[in-house]
Amino acid sequence: MSNVMASNVLAPAAPLPQAGAARTAEPQAPSRSVRWLHDLPVRSALVGAASIALFVLAWHVATTWKLDLYVRFMNVPTPADVLASAEAAWGSPTFGSHLLMSCRRIAYGFALAALVAIPLGLLMGRFRLLREMVFPVSEVLRPIPAIAWVPMSIMLWPTNEQSIVFITFLGSFFPILLNTLHGMATVDPVLVRAARCLGAREAAVFREVYLPATLPQIFTGLTVGMGVAWVSLIAAEMISGQFGIGYFTWEAYSLVQYPDIALGMIAIGVLGLASSWTIRLLGRLVMPWSPAR
Amino acid sequence: MSVTSLKARVARAGQAQPPLDARSERQGRIEIEDFGLRYKTPTGFTEAVTGVSLTVEPGEFVSIIGPSGCGKSTMLNALAGFLKPTSGSVRVDGKPVDGPGADRGMIFQQYSLFPWKTVRQNVEFGLKMKGVEAAERQRQARTLLGLAGLSQFEDHYPEALSGGMKQRVGIVRALATGPRILLLDEPFGALDAQTRLIMQQILTNMWQRLKISVLFVTHDIDEAIFLSDRVYVMTARPGSIKAEIAVPLARPREPAVIMSSEFLALRRGLMSLIREESLKAMGGEINADALKGLATNFDNNDLARSL
Repeated sequence: MSNVMASNVLAPAAPLPQAGAARTAEPQAPSRSVRWLHDLPVRSALVGAASIALFVLAWHVATTWKLDLYVRFMNVPTPADVLASAEAAWGSPTFGSHLLMSCRRIAYGFALAALVAIPLGLLMGRFRLLREMVFPVSEVLRPIPAIAWVPMSIMLWPTNEQSIVFITFLGSFFPILLNTLHGMATVDPVLVRAARCLGAREAAVFREVYLPATLPQIFTGLTVGMGVAWVSLIAAEMISGQFGIGYFTWEAYSLVQYPDIALGMIAIGVLGLASSWTIRLLGRLVMPWSPAR
Repeated sequence: MSVTSLKARVARAGQAQPPLDARSERQGRIEIEDFGLRYKTPTGFTEAVTGVSLTVEPGEFVSIIGPSGCGKSTMLNALAGFLKPTSGSVRVDGKPVDGPGADRGMIFQQYSLFPWKTVRQNVEFGLKMKGVEAAERQRQARTLLGLAGLSQFEDHYPEALSGGMKQRVGIVRALATGPRILLLDEPFGALDAQTRLIMQQILTNMWQRLKISVLFVTHDIDEAIFLSDRVYVMTARPGSIKAEIAVPLARPREPAVIMSSEFLALRRGLMSLIREESLKAMGGEINADALKGLATNFDNNDLARSL
């Protein structure tokens, strides 16, 4: 309270000496601003913003001039159209519920995949018989794209919702499993021997050495798995959904609401980016020892 | 338990000289008898080690030195409990070794600190495995790190440490559970020469205070002499004991001892023993001409022109 008061009291007085200082410091200002520009995070943020601005500009030019360069931009909505439809969508509850539905499906499917694939991968890495039994099946199933599972999934599960979650699960399952397995194979045997020399038994070696040593690979698997989960989800929603951002995007095409196509695509991109950021953040929290990458 | 016993040991080492009978009470006696190890290869069986017998008395510092591939590390791994000999026996205090355990600490050339644990958590690991509760093992690890002059690094992850510091933490970690025996497999092999000398001194100081038995594997002659009470020289594969050499240099040994005539005499003796075996270990690939490097005189011409 008193701090706020003090700063309020000081505020009017402050500009006067600052203005004087700024005038004397003026000759140095350009060089300081250049140095500030070369500061790495600032620099990469500026370059990133500029590249996005250039992309939007190119989009704007191509669509307002209705370019026909074999690739046709006549029916593509302009950035302004998309912005307008985004404003409209923001006000309506349906768009929000589409987004929420997709996020919930990702959360269920991805969480299930992680809960099954991580323990399975760890155990397969540790016990040869299990690895030899599961590996052939997973090798046959792995190359089947999640979209190819859509008809089978609809037959397997009683509700549409469950079959979409199942497809999301399948998409993220194999990247997580294979990365966990690979992580287990590359655990430094010297660390295992060191732990056993210090009195660690089987369960303790697993918990204290194999698991933390495999964590970086597990998180690689989670990041890849999250990407594939979104790909699978959108495909499943487009084919069999009634809700979700994939359905929204496809429906926009059917109803000739072209700006909504771009809006749906942008929403998918932002959600995908946000979810992989979340995983990276989680990885940093769980693995404080690994240098930030 | 380990820190109290450590303190007791430190106190004992502080006294002038423990009486002889007290010394024989101490445990940590290593007996390897007629040790042999062979393993299957696509073409049949290969003898890695044959007929090795050696002992380490309680509180003794013994080194094994030999050419690469002679099976030095194999012996250590058998003592640690990672492999069983195909013939002969490996006993510690009269009992055959059956699997790894915290009574025999081991230190590896590759440091082997857990990267996901801080220095203190690494030191605590053995105590955690023993079931010591968190507060108590933290206290013990802090005490040990303090004694080893590593307090300020206790919350660092190993990645932030230099090689020498990593290995010091490795030694402290192995000592934390109060083992009777310390097995070291070329522990300073990856360090630069200067750090190596300092680490050797740190190790002898620790050993003199704790009076545990040490079996040290190396291929460095100076290191073996400087550290040990006795040195076993092994032959090229299949490895066996070629010679056993006592090192009568007085303790504590200062780094300057390596310039003394006794040291140099021991060094000369060991050099000729090892050289013979190293040449054998290189097998048929080395002959008189090969040893000269290039068996001709180029009269200061460059090689390309002479050819």
